[in-house]
Amino acid sequence: MDMVLVNLIDGLVTGLLLFMLSSGLTLIFSMMGVLNFAHASFYMLGAYFAYQISTYVGFWPGLFIAPVLVGLIGAMIERYGLRRVHQYGHVPELIFTFGLALLMEEVVQFFWGKNQLPYESPKILDFTLFSIAGNAIPAYKMFIIFAAMGIFLALLYVLTKTRIGLIIQAALRHPRTVEALGHNVPFVFMGVFGVGTGLAGLAGVIAGPELGTFPGMAALLGSIVFVTIVIGGLGSLWGALLASLLIGWITTFAVAYNVAFADILEALGLSRPADLASSAWRDLWTLTMPQIGPILPYLLMIIVLVFRPYGLFGKRDL
Amino acid sequence: MTDRAEHPAARRRYGGLTLGAVAPWVIGALLLAVMPYVFASNSAITIMNQMAITIVFALSYNMLLGQGGMLSFGHAVYMGVGGFGAMHVMNWMEQGVIALPLPVLPLIAGLFGLGFAAAIGIFSTRRAGTVFAMISLGIGELVASSSVIVVAFFGGEEGVSGDRTYGLPVFGHDFGSQTEIYYLIAGWLLISALLMYLFSRTPVGRMANAVRDNPERAEFLGYSARWVRYYSFCASGFFAGIAGGLFAVNYEILTAENLDLNTSGTILLITFLGGTGFFFGPIIGAIVFTLLQTVLSLHTDLWQLYVGALFVLTVMFFPGGLAGVIMMHVPPWRYGKVRALIRPYLAAVLPAAVGLLGLASFLEVLFHLRNAARGEEGMTLLWVHFSSHDPLVWGVIIVVTVAAFWLARRNAPALRAAWDFANTPPGADEARP
Amino acid sequence: MSPALQLENLSKSFGRTEIIRGLNLDIAAGERHAIIGPNGAGKSTLFNLITGRFAPSGGTVRLHGQSLRGLSPYQINRLGLSRSFQITNIFPRMSVFENVRCALLWSLGYKYSFWNMVSRSRALNEGADAILDQINLLARRDLPAGTLSYAEQRALEIGITIAGGADVIMLDEPTAGMSNTETDYIVGLIRKVTEGKTLMIVEHDMGVVFGLADRISVLVYGQIIASGPPAEVRANRRVQEAYLGAALEDM
Repeated sequence: MDMVLVNLIDGLVTGLLLFMLSSGLTLIFSMMGVLNFAHASFYMLGAYFAYQISTYVGFWPGLFIAPVLVGLIGAMIERYGLRRVHQYGHVPELIFTFGLALLMEEVVQFFWGKNQLPYESPKILDFTLFSIAGNAIPAYKMFIIFAAMGIFLALLYVLTKTRIGLIIQAALRHPRTVEALGHNVPFVFMGVFGVGTGLAGLAGVIAGPELGTFPGMAALLGSIVFVTIVIGGLGSLWGALLASLLIGWITTFAVAYNVAFADILEALGLSRPADLASSAWRDLWTLTMPQIGPILPYLLMIIVLVFRPYGLFGKRDL
Repeated sequence: MTDRAEHPAARRRYGGLTLGAVAPWVIGALLLAVMPYVFASNSAITIMNQMAITIVFALSYNMLLGQGGMLSFGHAVYMGVGGFGAMHVMNWMEQGVIALPLPVLPLIAGLFGLGFAAAIGIFSTRRAGTVFAMISLGIGELVASSSVIVVAFFGGEEGVSGDRTYGLPVFGHDFGSQTEIYYLIAGWLLISALLMYLFSRTPVGRMANAVRDNPERAEFLGYSARWVRYYSFCASGFFAGIAGGLFAVNYEILTAENLDLNTSGTILLITFLGGTGFFFGPIIGAIVFTLLQTVLSLHTDLWQLYVGALFVLTVMFFPGGLAGVIMMHVPPWRYGKVRALIRPYLAAVLPAAVGLLGLASFLEVLFHLRNAARGEEGMTLLWVHFSSHDPLVWGVIIVVTVAAFWLARRNAPALRAAWDFANTPPGADEARP
Repeated sequence: MSPALQLENLSKSFGRTEIIRGLNLDIAAGERHAIIGPNGAGKSTLFNLITGRFAPSGGTVRLHGQSLRGLSPYQINRLGLSRSFQITNIFPRMSVFENVRCALLWSLGYKYSFWNMVSRSRALNEGADAILDQINLLARRDLPAGTLSYAEQRALEIGITIAGGADVIMLDEPTAGMSNTETDYIVGLIRKVTEGKTLMIVEHDMGVVFGLADRISVLVYGQIIASGPPAEVRANRRVQEAYLGAALEDM
């Protein structure tokens, strides 16, 4: 039971980190119809910027400066890159952001090299908050949980209670009308792209010390973030939250419980082949839960897309 | 109906094999035949083999992206499945389970690719656009991560390897040498390219274009957009499988790397660089990319940075790719006005090229300054040896770069004017005062 | 003989809004039938119901007596019903010739063939050129369709619609956004290419409607309030009150 609690916390951390990325991605997609393939690259950029800043002035200033820088870069890319490609259609836009992801990985390697950086959580949070059944829960994990929840609440507040939030919601549904009412929709787009990428940057700042700061960190998370928002339903913030937590927990629990498929197969009454090494089914018999953990999100996505093409919470078709 | 003889259309000839249609293929075949004599070194043949395999793969990718309007992030899977299938058959040939000549192997690989595409396409081709792209990404990641689980087929971490020389000899050849393999690959390249070209000329190939442009309208012409996409998808999987078979024959090993997002992304990059709008685009893309990869990676650690930047700039400024840029010059050429472009091109493009070279030099020196070991100040760039810590070097690079870009910018309006002139049909401009 | 097109108690709601409300209409073979009505009367929705773009909430559409329930647009098209669109709906990156040729493929029995070369078939290529000749676009044959002028694109749209040889042709506002000369030209074209076919047309331009149609139906709030020859409809009091009054005063 205690292990379940530990895994619940770990899964929650992963899920909330995912949500910081998927919320920005969802916001950008529902506003602009663009699936930003490079979203995780902005997350990586956040971690690298924060590392660089932390070497001068420590962790805490980086927590605020790095996301702003990332958001500014995002806004510039929207203004001078994406807006230009927009005229060719959605598929070229997707290709553009894909190219951006390639390029940003190279740029990061150009400046910081191929190795993992010694970017670490601040000393002040470097202690064990409490332990469950001998498993230490570091304070930094709790910090991640509270930070992510704070961001979610702030986002919810801005979107539902403020004027700019109302304009964004209206622009989601009726971009033409909002433009006709005198709002500068291109400017709103740039802002949303900036904020969305800034959020990804913030996730990077926070996740960098926990998951490692290295050039592959974007690729590691990039596809999963995509999968998350597709499962949740493109354009749905609640869907993104649910899917993020779902994937966080599924992957954590899959790795934590070493269930062998052989046991399941035997429980089903099948007998183990005598000569396992040469059996065509050997992979099925040697399979374990931690092995299939990484592919579960993709399986889930394909199942969702086949049976519910608009995702769990999505209202509209892609 | 109106009388045929009066009909203006009746004078048109349809379907005859014209010189213009046959010539490129004959020239292509001749080129493929003589290449090993022109570039006889082992390394050149290795590069040409790689190039030919990439061409087949890129052409199959463009059946989706260019002709069918389907953006795939998981095309490597079909090449990989074909390749792994071929490796297993190759191993059976070695174990004496079956006896086949080696040149048949790519066909078997193609059938593996076709089978897999036929299964996946059932649900992935229901939609084009973003849904298709997402499903292809999901399938791609799924298969790539399954490679360590389904060891029986994908061989786990070390992949599947074999020996190609156990096939039935063909006219005394056992395909041990690179040159023999070259001709095997070249033959398959020619056959596959021709078949893919002809496919685009069939009813379903034409409808693939229609569905790409406007799926809804196509439905109101009696065609189900989904099934048109499905047939293109299967055909594309077949030719990707052939590319995988050629890969197996050439390298005698396939690993998880053949399946992953990196490989899928690279083929997207190659195809887009070459140009998706014309049949020969991916061919150019594959040739240029393979050359860039071989030449640049020899001389600089930053080659992937340059290729990435080139890709992003292509998407932004030349969405038609290299083929599009080439075809832009067809109207001026028809009007006989290409000569008017030569001088403005030299005046603008030459400085721009120098500027880009300067920019690249700047990056190279900066990279060296940041990453070279302490005390290692010397570096060689463009056959010049200097110290990356020397302010003079920095000054020269910056001055040359800025000056070159300034010159290019100054000459750009003249180029634009010349371009407009060259694209005006003769006669139209003379009417102007 | 059953009517070419028969709508029985057809209805369609989006959420709670009922757009088409129990509509009955028979269109005889060879008839030129115009649907008129104020904006928002449900004319485009009606078109989309008949052609399978939307599924009806209730009622049936019959084509030559056969129910179209549950059929996809491509299946309905194969039964001999073809439509054009209010917003130009062509294949912009393909040549004009290619646009028409694609529209001919299914009717010539090519289906999903990947063993025939399209360039080899005389029937296909001559047929496409014959249609280009009819719509006077032979001179534009090899240009990308997206580069044509608006009126030319509308003509091409009609060409694509009739190419497959369907005997029921439905045109959705074929003259929308055109100048008077262009409108006259398109009307002449429509008359020429739909000779001997059943035509159903939605149109705002009363000149076009009264010049082209044998019968007119007036659609108001999802129901047909009058249906008959032009003179009869013009004289109908209810029609004048509901709709034509304003339009006739303009004329």
